[in-house]
Amino acid sequence: MSQPILVVAECKGSSIRRVTFEAIAVAQKLLQQRAGAVHCFLAGPGEGAELQQAARELLTYGASEVHLASSSEQTESNALASLKPLQSLVQQLQPQFVIAGHTAYGRELAPRLAASLASGYIADATAVELLDDGFAFTRPLYAGKAFETRSFTGAAPHIVTIRPNNHETAAPLEAVAAANESAINTLPASASPLRSIVREVVSRVSSGIDLTEADIIVAGGRGVRGSEGFQLLQQLADQLGGAVGASRAACDAGYCDYSLQIGQTGKVVTPQLYIACGISGAIQHLAGMSQSRTIIAINKDPEAPIFSIADYGIVGDLFEIVPLLTDELKKLGRQA
Amino acid sequence: MKIVVLLKQTFDTEEKIDIADGRIEEYGVKFVINPYDEFALEEALRLKEANDAEVIAITAGPERSSIALRTALALGVDQAILVSETEQLDHSYHIAALLAETIRPLKPDLILAGLFAIDSGSGSVALQVAELLDLPHASAAVKLQLGTADELALEQAPWNGQLALVERDVEGDSEIVLLPLPALITAQQGLNEPRYPSLPGIMKAKKKAIIERFPADLLNEPLQASIASSATVRTAITPPPARQTGRLLQGSSEQQTKELLHILQQLNLVESEES
Ligand SMILES: Cc1cc2nc3c(=O)[nH]c(=O)nc-3n(C[C@H](O)[C@H](O)[C@H](O)COP(=O)(O)OP(=O)(O)OC[C@H]3O[C@@H](n4cnc5c(N)ncnc54)[C@H](O)[C@@H]3O)c2cc1C
Repeated sequence: MSQPILVVAECKGSSIRRVTFEAIAVAQKLLQQRAGAVHCFLAGPGEGAELQQAARELLTYGASEVHLASSSEQTESNALASLKPLQSLVQQLQPQFVIAGHTAYGRELAPRLAASLASGYIADATAVELLDDGFAFTRPLYAGKAFETRSFTGAAPHIVTIRPNNHETAAPLEAVAAANESAINTLPASASPLRSIVREVVSRVSSGIDLTEADIIVAGGRGVRGSEGFQLLQQLADQLGGAVGASRAACDAGYCDYSLQIGQTGKVVTPQLYIACGISGAIQHLAGMSQSRTIIAINKDPEAPIFSIADYGIVGDLFEIVPLLTDELKKLGRQA
Repeated sequence: MKIVVLLKQTFDTEEKIDIADGRIEEYGVKFVINPYDEFALEEALRLKEANDAEVIAITAGPERSSIALRTALALGVDQAILVSETEQLDHSYHIAALLAETIRPLKPDLILAGLFAIDSGSGSVALQVAELLDLPHASAAVKLQLGTADELALEQAPWNGQLALVERDVEGDSEIVLLPLPALITAQQGLNEPRYPSLPGIMKAKKKAIIERFPADLLNEPLQASIASSATVRTAITPPPARQTGRLLQGSSEQQTKELLHILQQLNLVESEES
């Protein structure tokens, strides 16, 4: 039995998203105990020299074949347009697993794909384990207040999305210097009728770093007091190469956009470093960030619950500490 | 116009999660309508007020879920349907199949649901319902307008009839999507500000009937086979890994900042001076 594993790759602009390299690594892990190839599916707008370029890059990361779906309806986020070509590919390849990122795109595409094939679906996996008799996928419940382990009991293909930033990334192979063009396959255009059209995309994210994939997050709460305060956080984030996040209270107060909200009813993040500034640490907020590798809290109130999960805490005024830290980092940058 | 709203009853977001005997303790827990479903419900009620729509709330779950439906009735939905399932319902295709078969004969123009349920967090059931009913969807709506191309002031549209123009949140960016009705749309925070039930609403809701549907009547053999082939099971449930106790940095703001910088360097999160 050498059923392949299919990875649903994703690009942001002209570069492949990191979660795709994580998905390839997960696929390789699932193949540790047997022979089988990793295939990639990649959808993008028509013509696309960039798409070809991304496909070649995927080959160097160990994909043995890349299947391209290109049409004018394919945008980065148009999961509906990808559904039919992906579905036909899955029917033809009969993979054991289909693995996508639990991103805006993946979490729309995966459940529809699963329903269309009557396949099992496990979403947002943070860990994958090989068992003697199968595979176990760990995923958060209640935004991280608990974790469950699930297994598939039905028939392949099994559909999985993985949470960004929680898995190792695949390493490029040295051997594949010249990518084999014949391993890039363009899927036939789908004849199915148009289901929805994207009329316009308005970019609102300033830093361009997606929160769920950021290594470093500087987050602000009601203590930041306004959008000017958030600019201080942005400056610190820029120095650190990170992204800015927020508590719900900060979003509700209009200091920043809801898309920055972290917590049980916002984004769930797992960065290497989370700096919470003027955030009290309500249970709904902690749910979304408590799995961060290192947590630093800056808060005036020594009793703030955020200190109970912080690795390092500063009881102090964020308006003092944040600019000081930004300056120190700038000094470092000048020295280097 | 007929609108179906999909609801799930979930733990209140304030609740801590206690795990005993391999399951989450429900005793004494406060339950609410999943916060994202509240946005969906509110949007349906606003559409009802503006367009004279009929709104039907549907939930699949244990008996306690009828309390969420009672709240929906108090808020103004016209009909509430409970798909009673005593089994542990945590396999998304199974739930989606029950909901889809309940919805199918209703032939709604619009199905509204929350972006995801804050307990299981997969965000899969609503989209699977859309797939099973062969409907287009738009997820994470922060703004929704319905109407013909003319009414929406669109020069042209690839479809005739009623359309939905949706502004959706895509990882922080906005995307404007157009799709034909019937369709399924999931609600993101920011779509609206949900109302609270009024006292007269609550009193009236007490007298309204909740319609019950039963899995045995909804699922035919092929669907049961599909439910089996798509099954996943929970094999373990654990609390999150405990964190080590942290340390408060001491000294003046300058000293604290210097120490913080040093920590970041040790963690290799910023470059060290030596390198
Ligand atoms: C259904 C529901 C869902 C929710 N979902 C979420 C969610 O997803 N995410 C979320 O974050 N919240 C969520 N909440 C809200 C949550 O309960 C809290 O209200 C919110 O997290 C509080 O935000 P905050 O910490 O910024 O504000 P506050 O609790 O007001 O805390 C502000 C903090 O700033 C500190 N401070 C003030 N000035 C300074 C200064 N100059 N320097 C340093 N510190 C300062 C104060 O000491 C205080 O600790 C939800 C609530 C409900 C009911």
